[in-house]
Amino acid sequence: MDDFQYHAPSSVDGVLSALRGADDGKVLAGGMSLVPVLKLGLAAPSHLVSLRNVPGLSDIEDHGHCLKIGACCTHAQVAASSVVQERIPALAAMAGRIGDPQVRNCGTIGGSVAHNDPAADYPAACVGLGATIITDRRKISSDDFFGSMFETALEEDELVTAVCFPIVARAAYAKFENPASKYAVAGVMVAQGDDGVRVAVTGAGAGVFRVAEMEAALADDFSADAVAGIGVSSDGLLSDNVAGAEYRAHLVTVMARRAVEACG
Amino acid sequence: MSDNGSNGTGFIGASLKRKEDARFLTGRGRYTDDINLPGQLYAHLLRSTVAHANLGSVDISAAEAAPGVHAVFTGPDMEGVGGIPTGWLIHSKDGSPMVEPAHPAMAIGKVRHVGEIVAIVVAETRDQAREAAALIDIDYQELPAAASIEAARADGAPLVWDEADGNLCYDWEVGDRAAAEDAIAGAAHTVSIDVVNQRLVPNAIEPRAAIGSFDPTTDVYTLYTTSQNPHLIRLLLGAFVLGLPEHKLRIVAPDVGGGFGSKIPHYAEEAIITWTAGRLGRPVKWTSDRSEAFVSDTQGRDHISTATLGLDEDGKFVGLKVSTQANLGAYLSTFATCVPTYLYGILFAGPYTTPAIYCEVEGVFTNTVPVDALRGAGRPEATYLLERLVDKAAAATGIDRVDIRRRNFIREFPYQTPVALQYDQGDYDATLDLALEASDWDGFEARRSEAAGRGKLRGIGISTFIEACGIAPSAVVGSLGARAGLYEVGSVRVHPTGSVSVFTGTHSHGQGHETTFAQIVAETLGVDFEAVDVVHGDTNAIPFGMGTYGSRSLAVGGTAIYNAVQKVIAKGKKIAAHLLEASEEDIEFADGNFTVAGTDRSKSIGEVALTAYVPHNYPEGLEPGLEETAFYDPLNFTFPAGTHVAEVEVDPETGVVELVAVTGADDVGRIINPMIVNGQLHGGLAHGIGQALLEHCEYDAEGQLVTGSYMNYTMPRAGDLPNFNINHNTTHCTHNPLGVKGVGEVGSIGVPPAVINAVVDALSPLGVTHIEMPATSERVWQAIQAAQAQD
Repeated sequence: MDDFQYHAPSSVDGVLSALRGADDGKVLAGGMSLVPVLKLGLAAPSHLVSLRNVPGLSDIEDHGHCLKIGACCTHAQVAASSVVQERIPALAAMAGRIGDPQVRNCGTIGGSVAHNDPAADYPAACVGLGATIITDRRKISSDDFFGSMFETALEEDELVTAVCFPIVARAAYAKFENPASKYAVAGVMVAQGDDGVRVAVTGAGAGVFRVAEMEAALADDFSADAVAGIGVSSDGLLSDNVAGAEYRAHLVTVMARRAVEACG
Repeated sequence: MSDNGSNGTGFIGASLKRKEDARFLTGRGRYTDDINLPGQLYAHLLRSTVAHANLGSVDISAAEAAPGVHAVFTGPDMEGVGGIPTGWLIHSKDGSPMVEPAHPAMAIGKVRHVGEIVAIVVAETRDQAREAAALIDIDYQELPAAASIEAARADGAPLVWDEADGNLCYDWEVGDRAAAEDAIAGAAHTVSIDVVNQRLVPNAIEPRAAIGSFDPTTDVYTLYTTSQNPHLIRLLLGAFVLGLPEHKLRIVAPDVGGGFGSKIPHYAEEAIITWTAGRLGRPVKWTSDRSEAFVSDTQGRDHISTATLGLDEDGKFVGLKVSTQANLGAYLSTFATCVPTYLYGILFAGPYTTPAIYCEVEGVFTNTVPVDALRGAGRPEATYLLERLVDKAAAATGIDRVDIRRRNFIREFPYQTPVALQYDQGDYDATLDLALEASDWDGFEARRSEAAGRGKLRGIGISTFIEACGIAPSAVVGSLGARAGLYEVGSVRVHPTGSVSVFTGTHSHGQGHETTFAQIVAETLGVDFEAVDVVHGDTNAIPFGMGTYGSRSLAVGGTAIYNAVQKVIAKGKKIAAHLLEASEEDIEFADGNFTVAGTDRSKSIGEVALTAYVPHNYPEGLEPGLEETAFYDPLNFTFPAGTHVAEVEVDPETGVVELVAVTGADDVGRIINPMIVNGQLHGGLAHGIGQALLEHCEYDAEGQLVTGSYMNYTMPRAGDLPNFNINHNTTHCTHNPLGVKGVGEVGSIGVPPAVINAVVDALSPLGVTHIEMPATSERVWQAIQAAQAQD
């Protein structure tokens, strides 16, 4: 690991000014993706700006129509939250299956969405549930937030402070895990809410994507049978030693159907 | 004393808690990286990032000038130092010796695999060494790579070694080719199979490490190293590489966190670190990280085979022919050449009476990390092929899978196989019966139906196997090309107050020797278990030894200790006879007491020991002291055997294989500590299940390791494993006094074919007849797709 300057400001403004003052600053939240990258020498930022001393970023608030989850909430915190379990059980269940206990107790929702690993679970949860990403300066719809792998709508010096998840009528997440890394090979969040049905897929492609054909079919008939026969093209899907593109495409359909079944 | 070596004190056969666990479980083990010597410097080894290249310039000037750097050396700096030797000479069919290329400790002129050492940087701190290494500018003039067996054996393939035509190291054979071919030609049925035994990464939990030092006042070099066999390292490093006599080279292998074979070889790192310490006059430490381990620890398996079995009308095996290509990697590691030959080809009788067997093996150089022993070492590869082939034979002949095995079992012992081994003892029907009962084999169809109701394809698989362990009779292996003897050494020192230190040439890196060997000594010498400590891992403390591998420690090393105890008892009888004013012939020894036969007059071992060290009243002409050493060279291999049954459920939608039950019925010989034995079985089963379902070391065509971390190399986790149903049916080895055989490799040998046979059984209703290891979900899904496409 190369040397870097470490800052731990006690406010969002302090974080932003530290980032602006750095040649190549990176925000450090749980560090579950950033620290391994540093250890392997794949990145060498000049400054790390930790969020650990910033108050108020780890709250989970019930706003009636939505849950606002602070950026520094860990996956374990979300999984164990009684309000999340009650209001959006699919989200709590999803968070409880991220990585392993160590990852869940360090990794944060803000870090996950800002990093946008193509195999991470939160991008599918955000897009599938129709979440809004709150930053220090604006609100961004998750449909607009997530780009291709590791790309987001965030500005260089912009900080995710919370994610708002609307309360939906029903939702479920089905994940096929990479047996080695436990990342998603194909993870599908299916939700039915006020703005209709959403089907969001992570792990299979270069970034989270929605499956319009499945959404339309489910809007018409919210049943497992409605999606069981809908395939997705393998064009552009990822391919690695665990799963080729064809297999991933197949798994997307299977996981979508299982998510619908789990919606009850 | 009973005929099984027991004095009746109950230590043998008891599940005593392990002496070593208190320090291991509380983080107080002392591993190589825990050791720091005064004035110690740190080394970083710069490794090749390409699989095959001519080395142009290697500019080390910037690294030499970097902060904290004491020295930078490259391959040419070590010219004059010997190469890393190979421990076993194999001859080809035509009688010619194998191609044995040079093996410089650091690359000279060429690199031949990713991970090969190009330079060592020594600095005040680990970070300084690593950062300076990044300043070394290497001009790799890349060459096409031969990164797989297929690529290396293709016409016009790039040559890993100019002297090895077709990248062949040897073309070896065992058995009678004509007899096997004739038997197959005349057989009522023949069945063939093509199988791949995939490459695995050993993944010991402790990465390798080494600390070299040199004492100018004595001219003694000391190397702390993560080794399974410190005396072997002393022999190879001293005699072949550095040219040091034994008394000027001390090897210490302290606590070692697992090896699985990957810590047998003498590695270049050991030579480089020791040599560098001598050059600099300062201790030098190197510790591998996990990424480095993936490209520098020897790897295992990696065979491609085709085989044909001939059967008569009754399903009796009449002939077997096996042709295998074995990947040796870029350089010949210590036991690389014997693993796919003498630890492989001679296993093809299995537990069966096949009268004609022939096996030929091509050893192939590739631009990959060297291959060496990995838990089972050759025997898993043979067993997997044979047990898959037997299942295919059952399918082809319509004979039940269990019945066809039973029809072919060896039942008369000793049994001379057509491939060199002579089995001394076994009862294969007993372990088969036990496994069938314990696994409720007969009730399987009900479970299959129940699973089908849940949409799952359930399958059951079996393997009946033997293994050759207790390696090995020196004269036998010597005649086959081994360059060392494979006896073992034990010393038993009874101290003046009756406590006992036991010195063994084997090495414990997870096996629990400190407990098992103490149980043997406590029982046979009649002393308290707590009064016995076992010392291992230091060439200055131990007379000699060949180390731990091939499930040999108990059968060979334990016997040496047992024999040393018998010498102690024999001497004790002389002392006791003198004290008791009786004839030596009248002294009986039991439960720690020397007694005049037919009387109640006795002396305890403690009294005898004190007398031996305070010999005021002592037999004339007898040496004081009570310490004996025994060298034990086994008379034969030992032959653990057993039956493993696996049961799986396949999700036909995703191809996911869930292993729902594993039953073992094992004959590992006499059991000293059942808890340790079962722990060894559990570990071996996890290893074998990892190979069957999860693990696969893959290179791309350029020789880059694709699976270089735990992000994509799948190790078995607890959640991947069912509760193991372990059962024992014990027969005693006939040629060692303890009747022990060996257990460390059983699981990795026996269970992979049982698991794959179960997967194929689950998929057989769809028409699937074979699937390669690991049976990953994608492979299973593809097999299902292919079978359905044929319908």
